[in-house]
Amino acid sequence: MTEPLLAIRALSKSFGGIAAADNIELDILPGEIHAVIGPNGAGKTTLINLLSGLLPADAGTVHFNGVNITKSSAPARCRRGLARSFQITSIFRDVSALDNVALAIQAAAGHSFRLWRPARTDPALRDPAFALLEQVGLANRANIRAGNLAHGEQRQLEIAMVLATGPKLLLLDEPMAGMGTEESERLITFLAGLKAKYTMLLIEHDMDAVFALADRITVLVYGRVIATGTPSEIRANTDVRRAYLGEDEAVA
Amino acid sequence: MTQTSKSQRPQNLWARLRDSRTSVSLLLLAIAAATPLAAPALGQSFYVDVIARIMIWAIAATSLNLILGYGGMVSFGHAVYLGIGAYAMGIMATEGITNGFIQWPLALLLCGFFALIFGAISLRTKGVYFIMITLAFGQMLFFLGISVERYGSDDGLLIFTRSEFDLGFAELDLSNGTTLYYVIWASLIGCIYLSHRIVNSRFGMVLRGAMSNETRMQAIGVPTYRYRLAAFVIAGMMAGLAGLLSANFERFISPDMMNWPRSGELIVMIVLGGMGTLFGPVLGSVAFLMLSELLSTWTEKWHLIFGPFLILVVLFARGGLAGMLERLNPRSDP
Ligand SMILES: Nc1ncnc2c1ncn2[C@@H]1O[C@H](COP(=O)(O)OP(=O)(O)OP(=O)(O)O)[C@@H](O)[C@H]1O
Ligand SMILES: [Mg+2]
Repeated sequence: MTEPLLAIRALSKSFGGIAAADNIELDILPGEIHAVIGPNGAGKTTLINLLSGLLPADAGTVHFNGVNITKSSAPARCRRGLARSFQITSIFRDVSALDNVALAIQAAAGHSFRLWRPARTDPALRDPAFALLEQVGLANRANIRAGNLAHGEQRQLEIAMVLATGPKLLLLDEPMAGMGTEESERLITFLAGLKAKYTMLLIEHDMDAVFALADRITVLVYGRVIATGTPSEIRANTDVRRAYLGEDEAVA
Repeated sequence: MTQTSKSQRPQNLWARLRDSRTSVSLLLLAIAAATPLAAPALGQSFYVDVIARIMIWAIAATSLNLILGYGGMVSFGHAVYLGIGAYAMGIMATEGITNGFIQWPLALLLCGFFALIFGAISLRTKGVYFIMITLAFGQMLFFLGISVERYGSDDGLLIFTRSEFDLGFAELDLSNGTTLYYVIWASLIGCIYLSHRIVNSRFGMVLRGAMSNETRMQAIGVPTYRYRLAAFVIAGMMAGLAGLLSANFERFISPDMMNWPRSGELIVMIVLGGMGTLFGPVLGSVAFLMLSELLSTWTEKWHLIFGPFLILVVLFARGGLAGMLERLNPRSDP
């Protein structure tokens, strides 16, 4: 059996009385796209916050590439290769799209105790940043203030920033949230194209996206993992159908 | 289609001068440079001292702008570093050390040291707690200054000899008022240029990014605390330079230099001039000190006029004076 890239053991987090993560056990295998689905408030974002180090866990461990990162800070995890996107767009709104990505490139390029040379004319930052914007389809929007980009474009910028950190594992929190059908489809194609290079933990409400992309799916309800399996196993799982997919979701 | 450029081209001099913020500020600095020559001829020598004081405050405001305007750190105790710089010089002068090559580096190091300690603790907090804790550190040293008899306590301390920079073959004679004036002028230019380099460097990008979106900064792998702390130390040392200049210029220091109203005035200067702009602190200190001078000749209760004025500026002139000047710029791109 292959060693998991990310091994989550007994991970728990509660807010007041609410268990947002309840004894979560999960392995993310190298190269796979692992989707996490669940109803609103199931604890999906909490899981990403715990994995990316923005929230401290109450209990449990996380190993990445065999290293225990349970106590590591968010920046330290990112530098190990664990990069996340945000469900609610989180970008530097006052500067250009290119500046946003260039900053992420800079962050990955080592320390920033360089106080003299101008950063905005440094080809070592600008060129790779521009290449990434091209890759996500924002090249002609590079010099637009990020806050003025359309919603879908900001979502693409999020992805570009994630890729700029030089990650091994992408933690994507509803990357298609708020996108139109056409935009979503383009992003699905784009993410499928990244599969060869990156491992992904993908949170998504859009079931078309999930079933199109995922190698395996984990279902989260009230902070608990109720099932993990291949898409067909998940479709067939009666617990899942009852708890989550429900009647209105046409899952044939 | 417009061509997208990957890197912002360095602007040429003409393009920079067309920015009215820059041209007005450079004009002010040129006026400051000419004053010692022109003012006595016009029989207005009084203005030389006024402008020297304004420039010293402008250095202090520039230093605070580095962390407040570009880093979002609302230090309500920034004047304390002025005080530390000035007292380091005053204490050494009292104890018979008048060599500037010893005084100045020691004073600046001391400012850096205090900023490191105070910053390391206060930067662990955010928002109003940060404001309160920086205020507390400032007041702590203010009360220390008040209580030490040997160095004048609350009466302040006279400095009999200005710093001596004597290399043997050449001497920078600060006892000459004009020389001191140009040292202050050059220090201001130097501090503005240093700020310009810093805020546009990689370091500056991190500082601004952490102000704009801390969480995102963490998520792209930047441990922001250490960069904030480094900026805090640089700003403390720059304010310390203003303190050294003030001590040399006034030949008098008092604990009042580091009392909290001074820190408040520094913040007011920055807000008035334009936070997070290169020349905002200069514009702000000119406007603040001129206005307070002018208003106080009319009435003792000048704060009653200045207060509402400041509120109007904050409400209607977003970006302060620098913002107002920027709106005067010809639109270059449609
Ligand atoms: N910082 C917080 N403080 C208190 N409660 C929180 C916090 N973050 C999340 N919660 C609670 O934890 C539970 C899980 O929230 P979470 O955002 O992880 O769900 P989700 O699966 O991402 O939902 P959605 O599909 O709406 O994005 C919810 O009940 C939420 O109210
Ligand atoms: Mg969520």
